[in-house]
Amino acid sequence: MKVVIIGNGISGITTARHIRKLSNHEILVISSETEHFFSRTALMYIYMGHMKYEHTKPYEDWFWEKNRIDLLFANVAQVQAKQKQLQLEDGRMITFDKLVIATGSTPKTLEWPGLNLKGVQGLYSKQDVDLMEENTKDITDAVIVGGGLIGIEMAEMLRSRNINVHFLIREQYYWNSVLPKEEASLINKHIAAHHIHLYANTQLKEIIGDENGKVKAVITHDGKKIACQFVGLTIGVNPNINFLQNSEIETDRGVLINEYLETNHPDIYAVGDCAQFRHPKNLHPAVEQLWYTGKMQAETLAQNICGDKRAYERGIWFNSAKFLDIEYQTYGFMFNKPLEDEQSFYWEHPKGKIACRINFKAISKAVTGFNFLGMRFRQQTANDWIKNETPLQNVMQELEKGFFDPEFFENHYLAIVEKFNTDYPEMAISVKKKKKFLIW
Amino acid sequence: MSKDISLAVTDGSGANKLQKTGIALLAFGVLATIIAAFGAGATQPVLFFWLSIGFISAGTLVYAYPYFQHEAGIKNNNIFKNGMTNRGAIAWFTGLVLTGFYIILYWFPQYLEGLIRMCDPLSWLLRNKAADQWFLYGTLYTLAVLVMGFRFIGKYRHNRYQIIRTLSVMFFQLGFAFVLPGLLLMFNEPEFYFSYFWPLKYGYLWPNDINYVISSGGLGYFMIFWGAILTFIATPLLTYKYGKRWYCSWVCGCGGLAETMGDPYRQLSDKSLKAWKIERYTVHGVLVFIIITTIMLWLNSAWEGGLLGTWSGNFSQWYGFFIGSIFSGVIGTGFYPIFGNRVWCRFGCPMAAILGLFQRFKSKFRITTNGGQCISCGNCSTYCEMGIDVRAYAQKGKNIIRASCVGCGVCSAVCPRGVLNLENLRDEK
Repeated sequence: MKVVIIGNGISGITTARHIRKLSNHEILVISSETEHFFSRTALMYIYMGHMKYEHTKPYEDWFWEKNRIDLLFANVAQVQAKQKQLQLEDGRMITFDKLVIATGSTPKTLEWPGLNLKGVQGLYSKQDVDLMEENTKDITDAVIVGGGLIGIEMAEMLRSRNINVHFLIREQYYWNSVLPKEEASLINKHIAAHHIHLYANTQLKEIIGDENGKVKAVITHDGKKIACQFVGLTIGVNPNINFLQNSEIETDRGVLINEYLETNHPDIYAVGDCAQFRHPKNLHPAVEQLWYTGKMQAETLAQNICGDKRAYERGIWFNSAKFLDIEYQTYGFMFNKPLEDEQSFYWEHPKGKIACRINFKAISKAVTGFNFLGMRFRQQTANDWIKNETPLQNVMQELEKGFFDPEFFENHYLAIVEKFNTDYPEMAISVKKKKKFLIW
Repeated sequence: MSKDISLAVTDGSGANKLQKTGIALLAFGVLATIIAAFGAGATQPVLFFWLSIGFISAGTLVYAYPYFQHEAGIKNNNIFKNGMTNRGAIAWFTGLVLTGFYIILYWFPQYLEGLIRMCDPLSWLLRNKAADQWFLYGTLYTLAVLVMGFRFIGKYRHNRYQIIRTLSVMFFQLGFAFVLPGLLLMFNEPEFYFSYFWPLKYGYLWPNDINYVISSGGLGYFMIFWGAILTFIATPLLTYKYGKRWYCSWVCGCGGLAETMGDPYRQLSDKSLKAWKIERYTVHGVLVFIIITTIMLWLNSAWEGGLLGTWSGNFSQWYGFFIGSIFSGVIGTGFYPIFGNRVWCRFGCPMAAILGLFQRFKSKFRITTNGGQCISCGNCSTYCEMGIDVRAYAQKGKNIIRASCVGCGVCSAVCPRGVLNLENLRDEK
């Protein structure tokens, strides 16, 4: 059987690797981005000079031939689902028995005037970073539109070259659509400490160019003009599925799939950023645009393709990010406000760079989720507590077990407990004196 | 707009001005060193000691100071865009100068006379005898560890493990590998390094060295006892509990130099599977070689030279030449800017080989991985000075137990998702 995978990102490659582990199928991976798989999450580090492109490749180049995963550096123009074949941009035809669509995303834009000016771009692909390298040569000021995860990465990238960054965000606080106010304002302060100019409650209205078609300024919705030579658009990403327009594969925002990652066509599947669940579970997004979910979907898909049919089960939600110097880990469903039947406990270090939040059911006191900023926490521990609906008091008693900070780091356990006992005297716990630092 | 939000969009660190000052001081120090080497060091040792070593140290400290001014956090910006840290022309130049310095130091010390004499005042003060090439070397080595240790602490000051570990290597280099051996000489005791043991300091279990140390009487016996205890009892015990890091990245002088002066080059280690294969042959090959040599020397000594004649002596001399001098010095340190900072430790050090075998097969130490949080970015592998492909384990959610890991903790420090942690598992009952 011949399995063809379009896209060599984490979803496509994980699918290929797991199919190889489970079977002897012929596997072909097609990509027009790069010849080999690289880690998209590391693109920012290439720009900042922490790594070179080679370092972002998780497998050495001999790996693919050794594992009989064929690679093709080409662009797919069209999928002919009924004939079970693909047409490449150069006219070549490729047949398949099973097809996996794993084409990822493209940066989202709105209908802003001036979008096509030179110096205006999003950040998603290897090509985008190469373009950014070119677009930011010898510039002094950059505007970033959209306060999400890519936005702050882009800000960090530009600051590494001492470029002034004007960061336009729609809300009062950074990423307040996801982060609760306390966490978001903590990050706001950290953004300011990095000399990034944050424009709160600000939206882009127009991008203005000079006579050479290069960007020279932006105008915000309230009429403010900011001079700049670069505009980064980071308001989100859309599934990359334009090439499927006439393919009889059903799409909406993304390629529509069921919980087995099957499209409307037998033998055609979609996975990762480009896929959209027809019936997402309660609280789950229909399009999952995360590294982790791409990987987990792909593992399930490989099982399905190899005959062991099973539904995609994401398990307890988790995610992580890094906002400049502050690491962020989250477990369970954590939104900017606790759900209606939930309460929330929050602790913040006096220096304002470390924080943790625990959400729990108001009545049963079962914990439902965690946010950690500037402190590392064991996924397994948080996962088990959420899954087993462990009561908050027990969690507080054992919280230290989940600490994952390196040795000798300050032990915040007692400070967290003290705040907890003040906030919830009816649940107060007592702990023996603890070591001040995390050592053996 | 809230008052928390800064309107200032300047870098504000003054890094450039300070770093230029640092470079100017450094250049002045290098110039003074050249003049001293041409003879001025012999005629005016005190003045030139300060002009040369003083200015070089001050320049490096000033150059490194901006690390303390920026927000604490990982500071690897532009490492692969800078020729010095990305095998550019200046890196080759530096590598050749360092290598050349080792060759002159080992085999043509007469050309360093000006610099050696420059160290006389310090040598008399510390050891009550004139300086020789090894004292010059020890002085420069210790200063490099101290000054670049300061830089390292600034660079990793958000990470307490890194700060304490670096203070430890600075302490052991200054105290155990520089001051204490000097004081021993001052009191007419044998020169002895309490922080080095067989098989890295191979002589400490060789008959000739033992006879020399013992000949001094009581303290000599303690030294032999100390060396033997550390080699045969402390090494397995400490490695069982903490991994080989208790030595390689906390105590050892070679490791100390690699972690401090060598830090700018840690990303240059070869991560390929092929390099790992070569490493296993060479590092264990050297270990086998040193064990055989040691046994032969003892057999020969027991038979009073009757068994092997002078052959075993030749053998040990060749070992000293190829491994002790060329491998650990010329290649190991001279080529920092080209092959990375742990070439000797990874491919050659017999002590690392023994510690590694314990670590791999009988130790509580491992790097643990935090569930499925790895994003395969590759920072850990890139900045692993031992060339371990840390990511290969982390992205599978597997713990890392590798013989070569020296436990420097930088993979954990640079991980942007908090996935890696150095741990000594507690004894399970």
